[in-house]
Order: sequence, then structure tokens, then C-alpha cells
Amino acid sequence: MSDAFQITVDGRPVPVTRGQTIGAALHAAGVRSWRTTRLGGRPRGLFCGIGICFDCLVSVNGRPPERACLLDARPGDEVTTS
Amino acid sequence: MSGQPGSDPVTCDVVVVGGGPAGVAGALTAARRGLRVVLLDSGARLGGQYFRHPAVAVRPGTAGFDRFVRQARALDRQARVLLRHQVWAVSRDDDLVVHCLAPGGGAVTVRCRGLLIATGAHDRALPFPGWDLPGVLTAGGAQALLKGDGVVAGRRIVVAGTGPFLLPVGAGLAGAGARVLGVFEAGGGLGLARHPLPALARAGEAAGYALALARHRVPYRTRRAVVAAHGERELEAVTVARLDRDWNVLATRRIACDTLAVGYGFVPQIDLGVQLGCDTRADVDGSPVLAVDGAQRTSVEGVWAAGEPTGVGGWRLAELEGRIAGLAIAAHAAPDAPAAGRVTEALIRRRGRLRAFGRALQEAYPVRPGWRGWLRDDTLVCRCEEVPLGRIREALRLGATDARSVKLLARPGMGWCQGRVCGYAVARLAGEPPGPPRRPVVQPVSLGTLAEPPHPLSWKDLP
Amino acid sequence: MPDLIVIGAGVVGAACAHYAARAGLDVTVIDRGPVAGGTTGAGEGNVLVSDKEPGPELDLAVLSRRLWRALAEDAGPGGFEYEPKGGLVVAETPEIQRRLAALAALTAASGVEHTVVAGEDLRGYEPHLAGGLAGGVHYPQDAQVQPMLAAARLLGHGSIRLRTDVTVTGFTRSGERVTGVRTDRGDLTGDAVINAAGTWGGEIAALAGVELPILPRRGFILVTEPLHRPLVRHKVYTAAYVTNVASDAAGLETSAVVEGTPAGTVLIGASRERVGFDRTTSVPVLSRLAAQAVALFPALRDVRVIRSYCGFRPYCPDHLPVIGPDPRAPGLYHACGHEGAGIGLAPASGHLLAQVLTGRRPELDLRPFRPDRFEPALRPDRFEEPA
Repeated sequence: MSDAFQITVDGRPVPVTRGQTIGAALHAAGVRSWRTTRLGGRPRGLFCGIGICFDCLVSVNGRPPERACLLDARPGDEVTTS
Repeated sequence: MSGQPGSDPVTCDVVVVGGGPAGVAGALTAARRGLRVVLLDSGARLGGQYFRHPAVAVRPGTAGFDRFVRQARALDRQARVLLRHQVWAVSRDDDLVVHCLAPGGGAVTVRCRGLLIATGAHDRALPFPGWDLPGVLTAGGAQALLKGDGVVAGRRIVVAGTGPFLLPVGAGLAGAGARVLGVFEAGGGLGLARHPLPALARAGEAAGYALALARHRVPYRTRRAVVAAHGERELEAVTVARLDRDWNVLATRRIACDTLAVGYGFVPQIDLGVQLGCDTRADVDGSPVLAVDGAQRTSVEGVWAAGEPTGVGGWRLAELEGRIAGLAIAAHAAPDAPAAGRVTEALIRRRGRLRAFGRALQEAYPVRPGWRGWLRDDTLVCRCEEVPLGRIREALRLGATDARSVKLLARPGMGWCQGRVCGYAVARLAGEPPGPPRRPVVQPVSLGTLAEPPHPLSWKDLP
Repeated sequence: MPDLIVIGAGVVGAACAHYAARAGLDVTVIDRGPVAGGTTGAGEGNVLVSDKEPGPELDLAVLSRRLWRALAEDAGPGGFEYEPKGGLVVAETPEIQRRLAALAALTAASGVEHTVVAGEDLRGYEPHLAGGLAGGVHYPQDAQVQPMLAAARLLGHGSIRLRTDVTVTGFTRSGERVTGVRTDRGDLTGDAVINAAGTWGGEIAALAGVELPILPRRGFILVTEPLHRPLVRHKVYTAAYVTNVASDAAGLETSAVVEGTPAGTVLIGASRERVGFDRTTSVPVLSRLAAQAVALFPALRDVRVIRSYCGFRPYCPDHLPVIGPDPRAPGLYHACGHEGAGIGLAPASGHLLAQVLTGRRPELDLRPFRPDRFEPALRPDRFEEPA
């Protein structure tokens, strides 16, 4: 695996350095929120960064939402925000 | 180790949960004395929070890092290290049974005679208006981005909260090129000065960070806190307040920024110990931690704990406690073995000194009650279930007298994070110190996974 | 001096206090913990008429369900999340479906509305149900409340005094008559005392020198992540639930009970076992509950459980609650031992006791719920041990 590759967020390419999490890659690319809350529609992205708060839930490759801060980015991952 | 070679489930001597300094030291110590050890960690790499490092090797300037790497490499040869494994429960039949989720979500169980809980701690957050805006991160979150992913959390960053951890966070961000607009310590000073012990032990490290902050012209201000965050869809500015000694607001000013890193100390993760019925005690700050004896043994047979779950004290203490636990577990497994590998008086004395240091630090940076005054009725206290302060007050009016009944009536802590983020605040708002967390399901488990019989770790899964 | 002291701030105690206060009595409620801290706080909030055979408990359930609806109307929107969602009992085989339909026909005479649903029509009710089920019965009167909020709101009736963190240590007596309670915060005298201590009702009774054979019957609930769109509309359960509810077994029994909540989570039960007050989580029980739920709703497979909890149902040997004056201790009344139906049966229990306390004739015959029915000399034939 090369040390640099891309994933997409809603079809838009985002650069990744190998070993970065999806959350880190999005945050680094200036994508600071990728879902909204159920009740108030509040934007959510990274908060605790270490898998505690579940704010950063994200759907990757159509799977049910997972914590973006724990999820290693892989080449070609497709992230969909809601 | 019992069971037949092949695919029969095995019972290991020790399972260590957590791959930070405590877990790695404990696992290595036990493995070196001939025990069959399995270490489980949810992360992609060993290190925990303190020794977090990127996949593409760069040597961070973290104190103790080289030694940790040597330990981790040795451990890889002498024990089974299962990364990206999330432990969601521990139960007991004849053995202890550790239930975890493997990468991809499949259920794996590991049977063992001894368990070492080395699950570390996470940031303690306090609520304030706007704290759920994207761009507001915990101090540990900003640090994790930097150390683990090489990502600087923002361009114009404010660091706030309480405790010595703010210094390396501020220094690290400034060193990585961010404009750090200030490090705002809610407490009354470096705090160290009042405690000769930490002043001696840590003067070097703290002074180093202070120097780094000065070099980058980062102001360090005490009795200051971020009491509100502003922005439409993202953080645009924060209100920094000057505080009295109880953290009541005296005066405010606004600072434009894109990122806030905020933390008010640490919350030890003791879920697994509580599940097993281990006794807890109140740490210096009132937080529940696992009670251990001189050999790091909890009140439950076969269960040891090391590092922050036994009391917040930093990585040096964690590593030492891990080592002592590893020695104690080995001695317990083979009581007739030579005394050479036993816990020595020297280790005990050193642990005593480090614990005193940890206690002194915590005493120097208490959370003062004035933070409650930063909240408005519409300020979210629980981010997951979106419970504002007003609903918590209503629950108290309706007859809730403790955190649990507030939770039952108003739902704070009922959501995804299970109260890890808001637990401290809710307990204090209910008028009590935080209690031991009751979390029978420590990590989310899909119903499909839970429904199927788990894969028991067998001989062929081990090196 | 209050007219009435209620021991227990769970949903049953709250309902007793509420109706007594509405009837003009001066009421004080005491609890050793907070509001709804016991079994109420571990309840799903069932208001069911679908899981009972014709008899005194069903009559109580039908009355209670009517009262819940009225209470919800009084409370206004958002009072305690009253949801008349209806229940759907499903049958795995045609034989079970025949028995379900026969039971439903019998309960109609007690005022229970129902519709027998053919297997192929089940998805009209629950789009995500598994295929291959033989059929079911829809009970439109089944409802759900948020039990903790319900208890708190009922206690909010203006004239009720609520004293939490007060532990009852005994009773004050004048001769035989109970004249009040002794507590760790001093004595409290009243004309009447209601024991609404739920699973701990037997311990309170013992303090008054009378026996109530109430035992804890443990149940676990799984709670899922909050879903954006509801996946389960009704309270859905399998026919085995009805059998388990009525069983006397001490060992583990489980049956699938699945329902959504206004908070977006799905609650999954139900397990029953008599293991005392042991709170230790049993992974095998959680696993069985998950398997049964997934079998019923395959779409739940990828949905995550984020917590589980257990509670202790107050179980009486004949599965009937204890409601009424205790002739062995004049002045003492009981409203406890409702097993898994306490939320549903609370308003009727409180309403009937309020009628008794104010000298009126209770709307339902309370004799089947007599507190002294377990005394060997008084035990009706059907409760006697086989010779």
C-alpha cells in the first residue's frame, strides 16, 4: 500500500496518509461535520477523537455507522454523510 | 495453559485488556515469566493514549517512547497481541471469559485464569454553551489527531480546561504550526509550586513545555476558561472568562478561532472491573476507581488492575503498576517459583512516590463548582440524547435525587456514549460525586453478532 | 397528620397516591430511594390487555388501560409518552395460531378488542417481520408509557407530599391497628398506610408482622442504538411469551418481545428467572434475547445493542397482585406483587384502593387479590398443594 491515497466523501476526493483514520482524514481536509443529530439536526464531527463519544459516527461503503475516529481509512473507501 | 493443541478453546494464564504503558508492561512482565498471555486493544497500534503514534514511523519526542517501543516489540514475540479487538464484556464461569469484537465485527471469546485491566482513561469534559459545535475537541482528541494521524486540529486554536495536560497539548499544536491563541487554565496557577514533590519531580518536563509555549508566543493564563463557543455550523469564536477561585465568571472577552481543545482532567475507564463486581474507591477528585492491594489485585479473585483505572497518575506510574501486576500474576500462577521475579520493596517504594505525585497533581487541579453557572437552560448536557440543562432541572423537580434517576427521567447518558462524556456533569448536577458506571455492554454489539455463538480463541490462534 | 401514607414511589405507589389525592385525601409518599428507582425504572412501560387470560387480572388490565388513556389526556402532550401503539402477537405454527385466535375470542367478552391476522397479512402491520409466520392477533388497545416519567407525573398532583430517601424501619401500632410508619427520619402517623413497595413488598409486610410471598423474578432487556426511522411499530411478541408469563418455573425462560420507543431505540425482552436479587449480567441470556429478536425481525441483525439492564419483577405464586386492606393488620393496605404488569395495572390498583379508602364500593371485586389469600387456612382450593 502506498503511503498516500484517496477516499471519497459524498463522491468528493479526500487525501489520506496511510494509517490515518477516516475521522482524521476528513478533519484534515476541512470536513468538520458529517452527520446531524436525530432531534435537533445539530452538526457532528470529531469530539473525543478516541472512540468514547460516538459523535463521529459515519457510514463507510454502505455499512451501518461506525466511529470515524477508530476506523482506518482504506484506499477507495466511500464515505457518505447524512 | 490447558486444552489440547488444535481448535479446542484454550484457557490462557492472563488476558491483558489495554495496550498502553500499563498493559504492555504487565503483559511483557508476565510473558517473560513463562505465562501464556493475550493482550487485547481496540486500537490499530499499541501505545494507548500517551504513546499513540502514527502508522508511518516518525519518532515522536514523547518521553519514554523508545523504551515503550522496545517493550512492544518484545511483547510481540512473547505473547499474542490482538489489535482492533474491542472488549464488550467479561463474565465468569470456571474461568474468566473475555468477550470481544474482532475487526469486522465477529465475536471472539478468550478464556483466562487471570485478567489485568489496563484500560486507561479518557478526557473529562464539562458542558458549556456551544460545546457540541464541530471544531470543539477534547484536549486528548486534539492530541490524538496530532500524535496518531499527524493532523493539526486547526489553524487558530484555543486550548482550555484544567491540569498539566494542557501544556503538552498547547506546545504540541504550536510546534506543529498551529496558531495557539492561548492556553487557558481554569485553576489558580501551575499548581505545582504548592507541592514540593511534583515541583521536584516534574519541574523539568513542565518547564520544557512552558518554554515551548513561550517560544511560540503562546499566552498561558490561569483562572481563565472558555465558557461559551460560538458559530453557525462550525466553531467561529469562543468566550473566554476570567474566573474567581470557584470558577464563577468575573469578566469575559471573545476570541475568534476555528478550533478549541478542552479538557478538565481524566475519567478512568473501569467498566470491566465494575462488571465483575470489583470494589471501587473514590479517587482524589471523587471519581470512582478500582480498589487494589499492594500487588495491584482487585477485590475479585483473578482480577488485577494497573494504570489510570486504579487512580489517575500518568504513564510512569501506569507502567510501574503494570510491571508490579505482571510480577504478582506470575507469582500467583506459580507460587513456588524462585523469588527473583517477585515484587520488590524498591518497586513498592517507587510506586508510592509516583502515586503521591499523582495525588498531588490532582489536588492541584480540582474541578471547582462554578462551571455550573456557565450553563443556560438550553445548554446541552448530554450530547447523544440532546438533553439540555432545563430538562435535568425538571427531572430534579420531579423527584430525581441522584444521577441514575435523573437519567431515567430525562435520558442523559442513555445514548450512544452511555454517559461517558456527560456522566461527571450529570452526577454533579444531581448533587453527588460520579458513581461506578454500570455498563453491562461496554461496546456496541450488533444483534446479529450477539445472537451467534462466539468464536472461542483456540490453540491454533496462538503463536 | 396525613390521611394516607404510601410506601413506594414507583408507578404503583404513584398511582395510589394520585387517585387518593384526587379523592380528597391528604397523601404523603415515602421511598427509600428516588422516584421510580426500583422495578419501575427497569420497566418497558407495558400497558397490555393482550397477554392475559380471562379472569380477575384481565379485568384489572382492561380497567387500567382505560384509566391510563384518561390520565394521558389529563397530562396533555408529552406527559409521559403514552403511545396507544397496539400489540401484535405472532404465531410460528398454524396450531399456535389456532390457540391464539381461540384465546383472543375468549377475552373479547372481557372487553378486549382484537383482529385475527393471517400470515400473509402480518407485514401490513409490521413490514420488517420475518417471513414464514403462521399468523397473529392484533390488539389495538395495547399501549406503552414511559414508566419513570409516568410515576413522576402522577406524583406531581398538587396535594401529594413526596419524601424521597426515607427508609421505613417499622410500623406504629395502636393495639392491632397500624397507625403509621417508623422511618430512619422519624415516625410518621396516618389513618392508613399503603404498601406499594413492589418486589420489596414482602419485606415491608414482614415489618407489620404479616406475610406476603413476593419473590424477585429477574428480567433482562436489551436496548439498541437509536434508529432514525422506526423499524418496529407495535409491541410485537411471540405466543411463547403468554406461556412464560403464566409459568411458575424458576429456571430461565425467554421469549421474543420487541418494540420501538419514542426515543428511537428498540427494546428487546423478555427473560424470566428466579435467581434472587443477582444483578450480574448473563451473556448467554443476552445472546438468546438477541437471537430471538433477529429471528422475528431479520432487519435487526445489523442494529447494535448499546446497553442492557435488568430488573426484578415482584412475583406472587399465583401471578396475581396483592391489592386491598390487610385483615391481619387493620389500617394497612397493599398494592404490590404485580410481577411484570405493574406499569399496566398501576392506575386500576390505585383507583380501586382510593374507592375503598373513601368508603366506596370498589368497581371491581378485590377478593381475588386479597393479601391473606396465601394463609394456609384461607387458601382457595386452586392454590392448595397437591396431596
